[in-house]
Amino acid sequence: MMRKLADIGLNEMQVEMADLASRFCTEKSPIEQVRALLNDKQGYSESVWSEIVALGLTGIAVSSEFGGSGLGLAEVAPVVEHMGRTLMAGPYSDTILAAHIINSVASEDQKQSYLPQICAGRTCALGLSEPHGDWGLGKITTQASPSKSGYVLSGEKRLVSFADAADFILVTVVQDGVPALVILDRKDIPGAALRRENIIDETVRSYSLNLNGLTINTDALMVSTHMPDALNALHLAANLLNAAVMVGGTKAVLDLTIDYANTRIQFGRPIGAYQAVKHPLVDAWIGYEKARALLYSAAHSFSTEAEIAVRMARVKAETAFAFAADRAIQFHGATGFTHDCDAGLYRRRALYCASRYGDAAYQKHKLANLLFS
Amino acid sequence: MTKPTKQELKEYTADADAWFSEHTPRDVGFMLPLTFMEVGTDQQFDFLRAWQRKQYEAGYLGAHWPKEYGGGGLHPKFQAVASTVMQKHNVPITLNAIGTNWAGPLLLDIGSEAHKKKYIKGILSAEDIWCQGFSEPDNGSDLGGLKLRAERDGNNYILNGSKIWTTLGAHAKYMILLARSDPDPKSKYAGMSFILTPMDAPGISTKKIKKITGEHGFTQTFFENANIPADGLVGAEGQGWRVAMQLLEYERGARAGQAGGIIMQTPDAFAIVDLARSAIRDGKPAIDDPVLRDKLVDFIIEIHAQNLNQIRAKIPGLNSEHPAGLMLMNKLVFSEQAREISQFAMTLLGENSAWYVDETNAPDGGLWARSYLNAFSATIGGGTSEIQHNILAEHVLGLPKDNIRVDA
Repeated sequence: MMRKLADIGLNEMQVEMADLASRFCTEKSPIEQVRALLNDKQGYSESVWSEIVALGLTGIAVSSEFGGSGLGLAEVAPVVEHMGRTLMAGPYSDTILAAHIINSVASEDQKQSYLPQICAGRTCALGLSEPHGDWGLGKITTQASPSKSGYVLSGEKRLVSFADAADFILVTVVQDGVPALVILDRKDIPGAALRRENIIDETVRSYSLNLNGLTINTDALMVSTHMPDALNALHLAANLLNAAVMVGGTKAVLDLTIDYANTRIQFGRPIGAYQAVKHPLVDAWIGYEKARALLYSAAHSFSTEAEIAVRMARVKAETAFAFAADRAIQFHGATGFTHDCDAGLYRRRALYCASRYGDAAYQKHKLANLLFS
Repeated sequence: MTKPTKQELKEYTADADAWFSEHTPRDVGFMLPLTFMEVGTDQQFDFLRAWQRKQYEAGYLGAHWPKEYGGGGLHPKFQAVASTVMQKHNVPITLNAIGTNWAGPLLLDIGSEAHKKKYIKGILSAEDIWCQGFSEPDNGSDLGGLKLRAERDGNNYILNGSKIWTTLGAHAKYMILLARSDPDPKSKYAGMSFILTPMDAPGISTKKIKKITGEHGFTQTFFENANIPADGLVGAEGQGWRVAMQLLEYERGARAGQAGGIIMQTPDAFAIVDLARSAIRDGKPAIDDPVLRDKLVDFIIEIHAQNLNQIRAKIPGLNSEHPAGLMLMNKLVFSEQAREISQFAMTLLGENSAWYVDETNAPDGGLWARSYLNAFSATIGGGTSEIQHNILAEHVLGLPKDNIRVDA
């Protein structure tokens, strides 16, 4: 049996975005800056964010009637890939994803209200994960119950990235027995409701959000008859961007290790001369090139036959990044074991990315059902 | 040569598609080899030789090679299209691959006018089968250590020594031979010459070697005072290593000019899915087993990714940061993939994997067992996977050579 799998291609806007993002991220996110931000409360630079906004990057995937440039996630992928290469952290991906689902399920008024603000640089965090830890976005226990002035919420969200500094937080809820979205204004959330989580990737600021007793107006609720499909689409979009981060990270950590293998001398030769070192590096590079092919295939086909392509890219990006970053630590020797070695930043990033939106085993289970049914 | 228009290519594609729909052999009644290195029987050899001739005469091999030497004289894009169509129809492999894909492009690039007139047409039509004389019994991966002696004697060379693992050695009319013309060179890689050698010269004999599959397919080739004309020299005398390295670039796909066609069929990942559907474990189809499903998905992802890499290598902006890298990794990736897939297929066959070729009980005539054993021809021949890792590390990633010393 032959089955047609997704093709690959690249449009001119993707090339432009990749060039722009490559220059921008290299300049704005050198490793010293990444390290300086590790201990910063907010975790990203406000001035760099302003430049991201000024470049129009927050509106890439928003339609022009709301102030965006009317492109799609295919053009976002190269931007996120380069952010991944330089370990640039911040609310970019989640804000893009929030805009994506708002555009698909919100009312006209809500779109008019939020999308132009997002294009203009307001950030939106995503509250999708819950204490049960199930990766399926449709499994929601947070409730929105009718109250006098609108709704009252109950439940808890976890792993809400950059929530403290966000302008809005978009959370999934169940309302009247069906999934819905609630958009919260950060100003309306009491400080005690947010608790900073200690997570493995030190470049990310992550929070638990206690929603119990929080009241919202009716216009903060987004309901749609195709919410389940929209949540599936959000899940795939999140996986696409996560794959892009990981592909970028794989390339960077591989380059880092190759540089070290070329300069570290032991027994009179650079350690990269030893086949025990050079052969695994070749395997890591092959994994990277395969992951990159799958990423751009998924980006290319995102609007049409996305699911198989995205999940494949997600699997390979995770395994390639894990292997390259794991070997990076080992090949740096005792230096690799120190917190000062950049290999650790990438390995921690890889572990964090693997934990989000379904790991490789989870994706392969889904793929088996799609491919063998 | 002017670039063809989209319309011209479209029409050519449709013609090629129609031709291969009609003429691609199906169900030939015996097992066909997946690579030219696996040709094991006269039946396979005769069939593939006729098939290559037929494709050539229809204009689908060497379509872009110069007309005056026997090619089609078209723009390279036409042959690229024809090869893609062949891939689509999963056509049997090109038998004379050493000629069409390595020696042919080399001669067109650096051979003499006389070489081109004498050899090109026979390469394309499979009238003249070519073999390669690089490896020797004591020098495999370490090609630079080769010893076969070529002594100049006026207009001739006198050859003494032996070559081994000569694919199609028993059938070949010509050999591309790498020999030592200077017995006392300044360095290991100096003093070699690259000589086109007629296999019917007196003093050259072949002995068939039985492969791990139980079939024949390659030979050891002996040279005892074999006297051959010196006009077969390619490049200057003593420059053989450089010529051989250029040849390897065609072989590894790092340099273009090949006649086209399919020289290696890769196993279809979905074929093993079918095996998993039909295999039964504890009363249930093996494909219901979550562990096997996970593994099958991995294979499909790996194969699909590498297929995508072929396409993106031709798209500027999507190619690797190391532009030659995607092509250079093919040999390693495809050959190891083929080995792993056929090995996995064996495990899916379960009890049925015990049967071998020619056993009536054997599923698919023993295809998977033979494919697994044959897969090593590609993971070892043409530079082992270990050597491929070295090549990729040094030429693509920029890592140092093994023997570098910085303290000396």
